[in-house]
This record gives sequence, C-alpha cells and structure tokens, in this order.
Amino acid sequence: MRARIKDAALAALLAGLLALPFIGVRSTEGIAGQITSWHLSTIALIMLGVFVGRLAWISILARASLLRWRESHGKIFNGMPAFAGMTPVLLSVRKFILQKPYLIIALLIVFPFLPMTDRYMLDVAIMVLTYVMLAWGLTITVGFAGLLDLGYVAFYAIGAYCYALLAQFFGLSFWQALPLAAALAAGVGLVLGLPVLRLRGDYFAIVTLGFGEITRLVLINWSNLTGGPNGISGVPRPTLFGLEFARSASEGQQTFHAFFNLTFDPLQRVIFMYYIILCLALLTGGLVARLRQTSLGRALEAYREDEIAAAAIGINRWRIKLAAYALSATVAGVAGAFFAARQGFVSPESFTFLESATILAIIILGGAGRLWGIVLAALFIIGLPEAFREFEQFRMLAFGAGMVLIMLWRPGGLTAEREATVRYGVKQ
Amino acid sequence: MDYFLQQLINGLTLGAVYGLIAIGYTMVYGIIGMINFAHGEIFMIGAFVTVIAFTVLGTTGIGSVALALLVTLLITIVITSLYGWAVERVAYRPLRNAPRLAPLISAIGMSIVLQNYVQLTQGARVKTMEPVIQGGLTLLQRADGFTVTISWLQLIIMALTLVLLTGVTLLIQRTPLGRAQRACEQDKTMAALVGIKVDRTIAMTFVIGAALAAVAGFMVTLYYGVVDFFMGFLAGMKAFTAAVLGGIGSLPGAMLGGVLIGLIEAFWSGYISAQYKDVAVFGILMLVLLVRPNGLLGRPEIEKV
Repeated sequence: MRARIKDAALAALLAGLLALPFIGVRSTEGIAGQITSWHLSTIALIMLGVFVGRLAWISILARASLLRWRESHGKIFNGMPAFAGMTPVLLSVRKFILQKPYLIIALLIVFPFLPMTDRYMLDVAIMVLTYVMLAWGLTITVGFAGLLDLGYVAFYAIGAYCYALLAQFFGLSFWQALPLAAALAAGVGLVLGLPVLRLRGDYFAIVTLGFGEITRLVLINWSNLTGGPNGISGVPRPTLFGLEFARSASEGQQTFHAFFNLTFDPLQRVIFMYYIILCLALLTGGLVARLRQTSLGRALEAYREDEIAAAAIGINRWRIKLAAYALSATVAGVAGAFFAARQGFVSPESFTFLESATILAIIILGGAGRLWGIVLAALFIIGLPEAFREFEQFRMLAFGAGMVLIMLWRPGGLTAEREATVRYGVKQ
Repeated sequence: MDYFLQQLINGLTLGAVYGLIAIGYTMVYGIIGMINFAHGEIFMIGAFVTVIAFTVLGTTGIGSVALALLVTLLITIVITSLYGWAVERVAYRPLRNAPRLAPLISAIGMSIVLQNYVQLTQGARVKTMEPVIQGGLTLLQRADGFTVTISWLQLIIMALTLVLLTGVTLLIQRTPLGRAQRACEQDKTMAALVGIKVDRTIAMTFVIGAALAAVAGFMVTLYYGVVDFFMGFLAGMKAFTAAVLGGIGSLPGAMLGGVLIGLIEAFWSGYISAQYKDVAVFGILMLVLLVRPNGLLGRPEIEKV
C-alpha cells in the first residue's frame, strides 16, 4: 500500500509540474505588456485528481484476478478493461450489417426524405459520406498493402483544385471535370509512387507526409494560379443532366424546379449533393470489396503479410504497390472534386496534415480493410463531434488522445483483426 | 560576397537550432527505431515555457537580465524534460513490442494532443517576447552601407550549441549511461541480461533529447521573439530532415545535417525565393530518402528475414 501511495504521489507531483506553466499561469496581453494571473487552485485540483486516479488504477490492476484476466486476453485489451463491455455490442452490430447490407443501403437512399431529416443532418451526412469514401480509398494502400500514407490529403487537394481551376479557366462542368480530376490524381500518384514506393515502413510515411506538405505550400505560394491563401471561390455547382439547382437559371440553361414544376427549395440541391456522394461512396465501396476477389487484392494481402515470401512466389511487389497507391489517389481525386463542388470554394486551409490524420484515424478505428467498420468509425469520428458542438474547442484534444488510446488499447491496431481473404486448405 | 557572409552567419545560427532538435530524433531512432513524431511539439513546449517563465520572473522583479535568462533556461530544461519523459511513459513505453507503425501513430496522436493542449491553455494567438540581448559585432562595412554583422545572440547560440554537442558526445562515449544507451541500441535483450535497466535507459534518452529541444526552444524564442502553438510542426519536420540527411542514428550526422539544412534555408531565401524555402527543405528530405536513405554519415541498415 505504501509503495502505491508513493507511486501515486509521484504521479501527482509530475502532473502538477507539467501543468504549472500552462494551466497555472495565464498571461494575457495588456496595455502595459504581459499580465500574469495565477490559477494555483486548478493545479491543486489536477494533482488531487491524478493522485486519486492513479491510486485507484494501480490498486485495481494489482488485483490478481484482473491480472489473470488481462493475461488471458493478451494484447487485445491491454490495460483497458473499461472497453471490454463494448465488444459484444459492436460484434452484434457488425453481424447485423453483414447479413443485411441492402437494408442499410435502402435506408441511406430514403434518408433525405425521412420526416426527421433536416438540412443540418443532411450536411453532416454528406460530410460523413465524404470521409467514408476517402477512408475506403486510403484503405487500399493502408489496409491492403500495409503502407502508411501520411500525405493522402495531397490527392484530395489535387482533385479539388483540378475541378476549381478547370471550371475557372475552361468553364468545364462538374461532370466533365470529374474524370479529369481522377486521372490527374492517379497520374500524380503514379509519378510520385515510382520512386517513393521503394522505401519501407516509416520512411515511406515521412516522405508521403513531406509530399502532402509540399502540395499545400505550393498551393499557398503559387498565387497566380491558385489564388494563394485566399483560394478560389465561385466554383460552379453540379447539374443534373444540365438542370441547375438555383432559383433562376443562368443564360441558356434550365433549372431543376422549373423543369419538374416544383417550387424552388434550396434543400433540393443539398439532397442532390447527398445522392452524388452516396453514389460515389458506394462505387468506391464496391471497388474495394471487389478488390479482395481479384489477383491484385490477394497479391497485396500477401505482400502485407510477408514481403519476402510474396516476392519469392513471383509477385512483382513494386507493381502491385504502385497499383494500390494509384487507386487510392484516384478515389481521393474524385472525392476532392466533389468537395470543391459542395463547398463552392477551395483554399489550402482545407488540406492540412490534420485531414490526413483524420482519415487515417478512421481507418485505424474501423479496422483497416473492413468496409463497415470504417463506416462506423467515420460516424464516430466525424458525426459524434458534430453532436457535441458546444465542446468544439476540446474536439481536437479528444481526437489526439483517442488516437493514442486506441493504439494502447489495440497495439495491433491496423493489423490486430486482419484476416487473409484466402487460406490454404480452407474453403471460402 | 558580403551578402554571402551574412547569409552564412544566419544559416549557421539556424542550423545550430535544427541540429539540437535533430539530435533528439536521431538518438530516439537509434535506440528504439521509432520516429518520435511529437518531438517538434516538445520543442514548442520549450519555447512556450521560456516565454512564460521569463514573463513570470519579470513580475518578481529580478534586476539582472542575465540572471533572469539563466533561471528561465533552467526552468525550461526541467519542465520540458519532464514532458519528454511523460510522453514516452504514456504513449510509447506500453507499445515497446507492438508492430512498427503503432508507436508512430501513437506519436502523431500525442503531437495533436500537445498542440491543442497549448492552444487551449495559452490561446491560439502568437505570444511575443521583447528582445533582451541586443547589439553585436560589425564584421564588414561596405561603401554603400551594407554591413555584415553577427549579433551577440547569434554568437551565444553557436557557442551554447557547441558546448551542448560536446557534452552529449562525452555523455555517450564516457559515462555509464552512455554505455548503457549504446548497449541497448545494439541488442535490448542482451543488455537486459547483463543488468542494464532498458526501460530507464530509453526514458533517459527521451529526457536528453527533450532537454536539447528545450534549449533549442529557448534560443529560438530569444532569436525571433515570437512563439505559437503550431511552430513545432515545421521545425520538427526540418530537424527530422536534418537527422535523415546526416544519417539517422548518428550524432555528428544530426548536427551536420542541421547545419546543412540551416544553410540551405538561409541561402535559398537569400538568393532564390523566401516563399519556397520550406518546399526546398521537404524536397531535400524526399530526395535524400530516395537517393541515399542512410544519409551522409549513417550506416546501412541490414535487412533481416
């Protein structure tokens, strides 16, 4: 007991020292320079909280039964017993979804017309679906090939700027620009992938991170073309076979509501955008799901499991990695073009490293390569913070802490639950 | 030529700072083979503690600036080292035997946490600090009025860096701790078998790296007089580039890489374009990794089956 109290006291002392300069002292810019104010009672509270918490934690962990439980559960619940109760719920949700995927898709299709759906919910749904699409795209690289891409946002930016610029300079519509944005992103992915994919593990991660930053810096500094930090505004909205979603049509065009004899409602455009991203996301999901059945998907899985063994059975590692990387890039390019069309505005602000980290966090939480897991994770990471808007300022803090906790809880993270699609001697 | 000399001085100053941060990356990579993504944030913490401690000391009415700076430096080193230790204990130690990418992702999370923690508690706006060390030496004066100067602060930064570099080198080569570190670098299991406390040695590595980053944060705060919660990301990336350029895992390599990156940045913004100086650094990072992944002074990594 004495040792535990000493341990807890040390932890409290450490927490107090760490918090002292940041929480204990507030300095504000006054007229006469910096004014400092002390918040020592907060520090005392923090220390007390850490002391009690740490004492409780080590006392619980010291219980022999729990230790045994931890051992039997091994790495899966590494010191995080609180989460254990969640697993059966998640498993049953997963089972339900896997058995009736069409029910979910049907629900998604009628979602805009449900009585409780309002404009705000639709906006959130569009955002969640965009992230689902991006995460599905990235999982080809991260989940299948096991390569950590930290610069995924670059392809997203390329797609968005491609559409914005094509619309600005050549007057191309969304549907004309979409394949070009996809092609450009794929092309850049191929050119970048050629040299970069030779690198292993964390070096690959850092180089892709560098690429993401270079893209953002170029977007900021190349003001003549990209508008610099101000970005490009007035990106045209998509049309439905030439029908515009606006109150009054531009010259020589027709509006959606006039064509179908409806009264104008700005919600019509939001619903239309919702269906576009739903289609794009489902297409991506279909592509990723099918990939498992193809020789490319299986080669990628083989590579992820054992690089050397994969090479030994004649898989061209470099070519399959390039294919996976370019596929991921293509999806991001399409999502980027959609993003530009939805916002009507693009700026480098939207394409920071944090965006890459968010998409990566969705994949990690969802379990790499698991399509429905990624949907749940996107709902959790994008949707949940929306529900707690008033805690907006703590959102990123919780996000970062969540990333650390997930890794501690499931060190395998990306790999703990992964299974090969095919196994020797086992019928599918 | 005079302009060249001035940029050389500026570049060397910058390089000293990058080099100090880079040592933290390179030591951690050497001993546990992970990229400590949150190291840039540790540097940022150091810069903030400098501003806060100096401001607080100012209110207590210390007359001597030199004394106030010395106390500030000590406080910065202590608090920042504790942060380095705490980050390792919370986010990395439980993942010692996890797959290679797990600590990297945990580190990214930690870096987001530290950034937002500082933003929440100290505000998103930049904090400023009055210049306290002014003046310098005029080395050259041209007829048209262009002067080449080296400020006292620049001299102090370079001298302090040299002292610290010598100190760390001696620490690694001569002390029991340094011997333990080198042993852990080679084989952790074997080191544990001969009685080295592996966990403690690794924790000390983080503390030393954080202390050096704290000094770098202190120097940058005095040099530029501005800190903000996002400053760690770019500085960290540049220092990491320096570590890779010099050969990750190599101590003199980190310093050499830091100086090279500082010089490249200074000359790039002096002769080509200040706008694209960061692009140049990231470009170099990618180029080095592609052409010479072991860096200038690094040993080739042997791949085992």
